[in-house]
Amino acid sequence: MDLLKVAQEAFRTGTEIPSFGAGDSISVHYRIVEGAKERIQIFKGVVIQIKGEGVNKRFTVRKMSGNVGVERIFPFNSPFIEKVEMNRRGKVRRARIFYLRDLTGKSARIKERRM
Amino acid sequence: MTSVFGADGKSYPCTVIEAGPCIVTQVKTLDNDGYEAVQLAFDDKKEKNTTKPMVGHFQKAGTEPKAKLVEFKGFEQALNLGDVISVDLFEENSFVDITGVSKGKGFQGVVTRHGFGGVGGQTHGQHNRGRAPGSVGASSFPSRVFPGMRMAGRTGGDNVKVENLRVLKVIPENNLIVVKGSVPGAKGSYLIIEK
Repeated sequence: MDLLKVAQEAFRTGTEIPSFGAGDSISVHYRIVEGAKERIQIFKGVVIQIKGEGVNKRFTVRKMSGNVGVERIFPFNSPFIEKVEMNRRGKVRRARIFYLRDLTGKSARIKERRM
Repeated sequence: MTSVFGADGKSYPCTVIEAGPCIVTQVKTLDNDGYEAVQLAFDDKKEKNTTKPMVGHFQKAGTEPKAKLVEFKGFEQALNLGDVISVDLFEENSFVDITGVSKGKGFQGVVTRHGFGGVGGQTHGQHNRGRAPGSVGASSFPSRVFPGMRMAGRTGGDNVKVENLRVLKVIPENNLIVVKGSVPGAKGSYLIIEK
């Protein structure tokens, strides 16, 4: 078990990801390869859940694109994550805030958590 | 098994193998044994659990008793008794063949053991023959079942060799190699890795 962790550690890219939780607003800078070109796309939204352990740990970010909700799942260990920016800490009571999917507009706001 | 992200961003299924350090405990030569080979030993074992003749065998090579001994042929460099072989032997992105004993499954029917399709549907009067093997041969001629007819029986626990597994990483500090894909056998079992 220990040696498994050693091996997993050897593949880490070393990108520092700040600690965040459900309800926090973040911007994920994600490297996108199109043919030979590479560019960075920023996905800005609210973290609605963190799932998995170890190498499989991943987080889901939800944003409203126009009036369509878009969700994206990112693995924490993906080498394509350039950086993660913390925009705003949200005050929520749940670890998984799926109720946000049913809410739009003013009711979908999340109170800010003052540190 | 685990999975890792490669530099290309893809997730690779992989197996982490502790491959060494192996110690040369016997060098077989053409003059002495009729063929050339090198015997490698791996994994420590208590002396009280080792037979006296084997303790002597290990003392000759100057090592502690080891749990597993395997002969290998075709080493490029000349090896002497007591030499240590480490994972440096393997290169990243090269291919290796891995042999192991597959997991034992016990007594299994033909569907599991030989991949038979089963009888088919569950309706049309079908009762309890869903996974039955069906006919095993004709009648008064030949009046026997041909040898090698695939039937139920002990499954697994065979020597299985998987060829051309890519080495994703070599970690010399911990004597580890990481290969892409799965290897035969249970966790913690012994494997033979060939270049």
